[in-house]
Parts: sequence; structure tokens; C-alpha cells
Amino acid sequence: MSSYRIQGATGEWEVVIGLEVHAQVVSNAKLFSGAATAFGAEPNTQVSLVDAAMPGMLPVPNRECIRQAVRTGLAINAQINRWSRFDRKNYFYADLPQGYQISQLYHPLVGEGSLAIEADEKAGIAQDKQIGIERIHVEQDAGKLMHDQHPTRSYVDLNRSGVALMEIVSRPDMRSPAEAGAYLRKLRAILRYVGSCDGNMEEGSMRADVNVSVRKPGDEFGTRTETKNVNSVRFVMQAIEYEAQRQVDVLESGGRIVQETRLFNPDSGTTRSMRSKEDAHDYRYFPDPDLLPLELDEAFIEDCRASLPELPDAKRRRYQEELGLSAYNAEVLTAEAETARWFEALLTEGARIQKKGEAQVAKASANWLLSELYGALHRLGKTLEDSPVSPERGAELLALVADGTISGSIAKQVFEIMLETGDAPASIVEARGLKQTTDTGAIEAVVAKVLADNADKVEQYKGGKEALFGFFVGQTMKAMQGKANPQIVNELLKKALG
Amino acid sequence: MAVLTDLTVAQIRDGFRAGDFSAREMAEAFNANVAAAKALNAFIVETPEHALAAADQADKDRAAGSLKPLSGVPIGMKDLFCTQGVQTTAASHMLEGFKPTYESFVSQKLWDAGAGMLGKLNLDQFAMGSSNETSYFGNVISPWRRNDGGNAALAPGGSSGGSSAAIAARLCPAATGTDTGGSIRQPAAFTGITGIKPTYGRCSRWGVVAFASSLDQAGPMARDVRDCAIMLENMAGFDPRDATSLDLPVPQWEAGLSGDLKGKKVGIPKEYRVDGMPADIEALWNRGMAWLKDAGAEIVEVSLPHTRYALPTYYIIAPAEASSNLARYDGVRYGLRDLPDGANLQDMYAATRAAGFGPEVKRRIIIGTYVLSAGYYDAYFTQACKVRALIARDFEEAFKRCDVLLTPTAPSAAFALGEKQADPLAMYLNDVFTVPASLAGLPAMSVPAGLSGEGLPLGLQIIGPALDEQAVLNAGLAIEERAGFTARAEKWW
Repeated sequence: MSSYRIQGATGEWEVVIGLEVHAQVVSNAKLFSGAATAFGAEPNTQVSLVDAAMPGMLPVPNRECIRQAVRTGLAINAQINRWSRFDRKNYFYADLPQGYQISQLYHPLVGEGSLAIEADEKAGIAQDKQIGIERIHVEQDAGKLMHDQHPTRSYVDLNRSGVALMEIVSRPDMRSPAEAGAYLRKLRAILRYVGSCDGNMEEGSMRADVNVSVRKPGDEFGTRTETKNVNSVRFVMQAIEYEAQRQVDVLESGGRIVQETRLFNPDSGTTRSMRSKEDAHDYRYFPDPDLLPLELDEAFIEDCRASLPELPDAKRRRYQEELGLSAYNAEVLTAEAETARWFEALLTEGARIQKKGEAQVAKASANWLLSELYGALHRLGKTLEDSPVSPERGAELLALVADGTISGSIAKQVFEIMLETGDAPASIVEARGLKQTTDTGAIEAVVAKVLADNADKVEQYKGGKEALFGFFVGQTMKAMQGKANPQIVNELLKKALG
Repeated sequence: MAVLTDLTVAQIRDGFRAGDFSAREMAEAFNANVAAAKALNAFIVETPEHALAAADQADKDRAAGSLKPLSGVPIGMKDLFCTQGVQTTAASHMLEGFKPTYESFVSQKLWDAGAGMLGKLNLDQFAMGSSNETSYFGNVISPWRRNDGGNAALAPGGSSGGSSAAIAARLCPAATGTDTGGSIRQPAAFTGITGIKPTYGRCSRWGVVAFASSLDQAGPMARDVRDCAIMLENMAGFDPRDATSLDLPVPQWEAGLSGDLKGKKVGIPKEYRVDGMPADIEALWNRGMAWLKDAGAEIVEVSLPHTRYALPTYYIIAPAEASSNLARYDGVRYGLRDLPDGANLQDMYAATRAAGFGPEVKRRIIIGTYVLSAGYYDAYFTQACKVRALIARDFEEAFKRCDVLLTPTAPSAAFALGEKQADPLAMYLNDVFTVPASLAGLPAMSVPAGLSGEGLPLGLQIIGPALDEQAVLNAGLAIEERAGFTARAEKWW
């Protein structure tokens, strides 16, 4: 079993990692006000009286945000707390109009859960692993300060003030940057499947606070640092690598790690100290007296459960077990909700047209999607979402190959034309006369001509150079512009060459 | 015909309907009284034009035969309620000049019912105080004076002291108040008027400047029980914008009024017999029992064992919530901003809050911050929350044995301005009888019941079970009918 270790002067060190992920909840309105939540709107255009904390304004919980958090909790098999409560976290900052953030410290909405990361030898993850999730609570986001608008003043944009976040707190269960990366990617995939967060780290709708400590294998946990607001999977991995090495260096040169908050610099890939525990705020958390405890009934929770789609792990198993796909293909097809959706549309349509079971068309569909379609999209700089070819058209193309109307190589030509014109494959085949020939007489005639024209090669073949068989196939196909049924060509050539 | 401004809300409503006078005449009469009473300092802002506009609308509505419940009735609005386009200050420098773009739920309901606004009434700053002395705009002076021939200026009570003084001086027939630990009941008692704090959640807090969210509750103040019932019907109601608002229909309290208490039991909590209670308060309490017995009720002694912890509990929870609620007044978005030269954000906060808040507000923010801080939270705040639950349970137990409770409203008659200012604890002690019902969220009312030896009004308090405002109003009515309280402050202003 390979495991991630830092080689120090005093021996090997193990890294211990926990992640607090802030995920912006997908909903039309903020957590406690009716204001909208669109990204990129003009500053201060999505602000209600509540978000601006005008005198006498009161928060009212948005049911949809709660629902999304509960659905997320169910997706990681977590305990849903029937009774939870909102607390105020008090501190002063210009982007925090109320002077407190409404969060959940004492009684979070979602309790203990977990998610699985898969073995990945290349990344150094030796085996599948369960990562514990301690809790998910919901809280308000703050606004944003803008320091670049005026030489001597700072401006405040409250559009994000009050937007609902889920804080998803993992256990310190990860032991390498790769594991942390796999955890983040898996969590993001689940959030996207569930539809509770768009997982868009560039726009800030998902960001992570990274807790790192190091220890000698087998020792107690070391003192940890928390690196705030890291906003990509790669940066999270970089931050861990840097921070772990820094801690080892400090410890090995006789220093001590102080519990502190650090900032990540994406340009240099390093972290620096922001504030130590001694300067930490006393947030004076207490139950928000404007809000009653949140009590959920079974019907609500069951409704949330019923609304969940098939999740990536279950889907991957089903693809392997029921559709007979390879582990690799199943993994790739389920990693993103959008890929799986596309694949399943392709599958459903293919099975319908070919009047076969999904399992019978699954392999060809998967192979075509992952090689032909992905290759083309990559070339065109497009994604599945804006693919010029729809799953329905793709299924039609695969059906033409399956029933022998066209050969695999003609299918590639047809696909290129589909990408350009968007036409249906059947009409392309029809219009361009690409139908495969199964007329044995016509093929026989061509075979006879090819062998006659290459009498010397026929001699060599008969003399034992059997590799020349492919040459005869190629010549025959070429003469027939690729439209000959390759099986028939093979059979007739074999017969003719005796 | 009687002087217009001597009429009660019910009399104005009915007289206006009967065509005895126009709404405009009524509004003009009260506007004149308001304008002539500057010495009382009851109003921070006078809004005669608002009262006249509502009156003109009422006159039109009457002509069209489409009267509303409060058509023709002008009222006063405590300056803790946000009023659209009209300065709302909470009596603090912090909000001086602040004109909300929105109308509070309660005031909107009153305007929708046809009432007009005479002005915004003075109060203790952010409703923190029992004497009105913490107002940034100067204290209200009670219209009442002692009968000792001296001219000592007396406290109108607090925090709704502008409301109580204005009603007692006939500057308005009724007004809104808010009650966090007694801010409706104690000023009502001090000025010989009636005021009810309904069950927590009856009146939406939306648009009311917050002091302590889990305790704040709006309620009416007026000259008698019927007027309180009428006003409350037009203030209460479910509001989806307040998560603690009760989603219940508003009872017809006025129609349900009855001073007949046959079959009812009135509890006398023995723990309210505090040491050093003045003799005239004790005598008044005994008279109250006699009156209720006369109305058909049976008097029973009950016990509220945690009463003595109520005051300290209140003075932990209320400041804790206030310290957080008042954090929004930071100079960033509205209200006062004090930005010294070269100041950074922290400097601006400090300068703004130092200049904007009065000493009592600062005291409570500091107390609240202290009881919530790490290391003290469990000893103070958590403990106070536990005691609060015990106090609520005491009441539940007591109401198994009786229908309402009778107690004095305050431990003394009105004191002189300045008398307790130097000693915050003595001031806090004034809330000793009103705070327990606030902590339990129960409806409670003060009705005038007699005069002290110094000729000052004294009030009796009725406390009822949650949601049973009717029982409170009815017991109050029974006292009102028997107390025959007709005394009024002699005009000196």
C-alpha cells in the first residue's frame, strides 16, 4: 500500500487534512429575504431591506434553501436533524450589515454523514476510502468590499449579503493532497447531481477552508492551521502541499505550529499568516431571537428524499453491473451529472430505435461518446452542454452501424458531416450514397480485380506473407469507396485466396 | 357637548359615525392640544398634516358610507415604529434624521383602519429605560404633579413615556406603545391610563426598531379598557415577515368585553409581596382583590417560586439581545456617521457609536457583550435562559389554579425626574412586577386603580395565560368599573 509521506530530516511525516466547504445554495431567493441571487448583477441591485439591515427588519427562513440543504444531507447519507436552530455570530465588518451572521453553531441542520472516494493508483490513492462528514449547517453569506473603485474610499456591494450557504465540514480523514482533491471533486459531483449547488468554484459558489496538520505516523494529531477561502481543487491541493511542508520545516527546525488562520496566494502557491488564535474574534454566538427553532416533519424529509436523483456511486455500480461497462468508462460517465444525463439519453434512444435492451447498446454507446464525441468536442472547444450533435442524432448514427447500413469507418465520415451540418445521419447516408454494399456479386468482381492487379503480392501471400491479407482488404474497400460490408469482403477474399 | 379631546376612542368613533362632529374638527382639536403642550416634550415629531389628511379621508368615507374601524380617530405613534417618510429615531442621536422608506406592520394596520397620526412620541432611547430620561431629545415630563404644592417634574414612566404623558394630558386619545420588560404597563400606571401588552407574537415586530427580540411586543395605550381592546384589534394579526408572529385570527376583544367574573378565579402570587412595599400600594392591591371578588371572582393564593430571579434574568437576556440587535448602527449605511480625519473602519465604528448612543444604551450593550462573551456565556446567558424557562413554567402551573393573576404594576408611584438616574439598579427595580410576564411572553395589562398619598396615579396589573387577552381585558374592566378612577392631571403646561 502506497501512502503519502513527507520525507523530513527526522523521518517520515503524515499529513492530516480536514475541509470546510462553503457551497452556495441554488435557490431563487436569499436565505432570509426575498431578494434575488443572480451572479454578476450590478452592485447593490439584489438587496432587500432585510439584507441591508434597515431598522426593524426581520429574517424569515426561505424554505427552499432548507430543502436544498436537507437534500444534500440525504445525498451523503447524513443524519437530518428534526430540530435545529439558527445562531448569531457577532462581529463588525463593513460587508456585514447586521453586525452578525446568522449561522448554526449549536444545532446544525445536518449531522454525521460521509462520502466515498475511489482508489486511484496514478494519484497515489491506494484504495477506496470513506471520508467522514461531521455536519452541514446553513448560514448567510456576507457582502463584498471593493477597494479599487476610488483612491481613498472602499465601496460595499451587498448583492451577496444574505445569500444562503451550506458549510459542509469534513472529519480530519484525508491524508494526502490527492485524497483532498478526490473528496472535493466527489463532493462537487454530488452537489451538482442533487442540484443544491452549481459547484462553480471560479464564481465563488464553492470555496474551501483547508485545515492541515502534520504528525509522525501513529502520533496524536498535531496543531492545525486553517487556510481560508481557497477556490479551486488544484489550489486546495497546492495549499496542502505547501502548508504541510512548511509545518514539517518549522517542526524540524525546533519550532512550534501555532493555531492560526492563513491565506493562500494562488500566484505563488504559498500560504501566509492572517491572524493567530490569540487575535481570534470572540463571536459571542447565541440563538437568534428573531427566529424560531427549525422543526422538520417526516413528510418534508421524505419529500426531499423522493426528489433525489440517482447519485454517482449508485449510477457507477449500475453501469458496471447492469450495463456491463468497464470500471473506467463507468467512472468517467458518472463523474459529472451532465455526462451521465447525456449518456442516458443516448442509451434510451438507442435502445428504442434498435428495439434492444439498454445493456445491448450500452458498450457501443459509451465507446462512441467517450472517443468519437469527446474527441470532436475537444477539437471544437465545446462541451456536452453545447454539443452540435444531440443524443437522439447520436443514437440514430449508432443504429445505422448496428444494423449494417454503414460501416464503422463510414460512420466516422457521417459524424463529421453531422457536426458541420447538424443533419440527420440517415439523410446524410442517403444523400451521399454511403450505404454499405452487401451485394456479393459486386464485391466478388472487385475482389477478382484487386487480386488480378496485384498478382505479385498474391504470390508473396501464398508464399507465407499472411500479413498482406490486410492490404487486400484495404484495396478492396478503397475500390468500393468504403461502402463494402467488411465481413463479406473478408469472407470473399479468404475464399479467393484459397 | 363635551370637549372633543376628552372623548375616548370608542366615543370618538361612535360620535363621528353619529355625525356629532367631523373628523377634521377632531384632528384639529388634538393638533391644537399637541401644539400647546411643548412643555411636556411628549412628541419628537409632530405630524398635524398626517392627522388632517386621515381626517379628511374619514370625512369622505363617512359621506360615502364606507367607514373603517378607526375612522375619525387620531392617535400618537411611539417613535420606535418605522413610519414611511416620517423621521424615526428610537429617541437616539444615532437615527436622527432617518426617514424610513417603509411602514411598520402595526402602524400600517392602524392607518388601514382609518386612524391618523398626530406625531411620533418620545421614549427612552431604543426603549431602554423606565423614566424617559434616556431620550436624546430630552425627557418627557409627566402632566401629573404631587399634591405637596411642590412643582417637582415627575417621570411619565418608560420607555413609552411620550405615549403615556400624551394620553394623560389629552394630546391624543390613544397611542401605540412597546413593552419589553414593562414599557407599556409601568408608564400607564404612572400616568393613570390603561395599557396592555398582548401575548408575544400577537403584534408583528416588522418595522419596529428592535431592542430585545424575544421580549419586544407592541401594544396599545389608551384611557380605558374598551379603547385598548379596540386599538389592539387593529394592531394585532399574522405577518409572514416576522418569523415569531402568531398565525392566528384576531379575536373580537371589544365584543367579548364583560366585567362579570362569576366562576373565575383570580390568583394572588405570594412572591409579589416584596419587602418594603409602600403601604398605599399594598392597600391598593387589597382593594383590587375586593373589587374582583365583588365582580364574582374567587381569590386564590398562588406561588410563582422563581419570581425573585426574574429581574436578573431579564437584565441578562435583554441586554444580550440588544448588544447584537444594535450592532447594525455602525455608520455604514444610514443614520449617524462620525468619520474623524484619517479614520479607518474601526475608528469610524468607534466614533459613530460613541457619539450616537446615550449612556444607558452603552451600558446595556456592554452588559450584553459581557454576558455573551467566551468564558461567561454559560454562567450568565445559558443560566438566564434556563431560569426563564422555569419562570414560564411557574406561570403555567399557576394558571392551572386560576384564570388571571392580580398584582401591582409598579412598586411605587411616579418618581421625580433625576431621582433615580444616578443609580441604575434602583431604576431597574421599577420593573420588578412587570418583567416576569415579559419573560414568559404572557398578556398583561395595567389599569388605573387609585391615587397614592401624594395624589399620584397607581396601577394594578392583570396577567393572563398565553393568548387569553380577553380574560385580562375582562378582569381589567371589572376593576375599572369599580375603581371609578376619574382623576386627571391638572393642566399646568
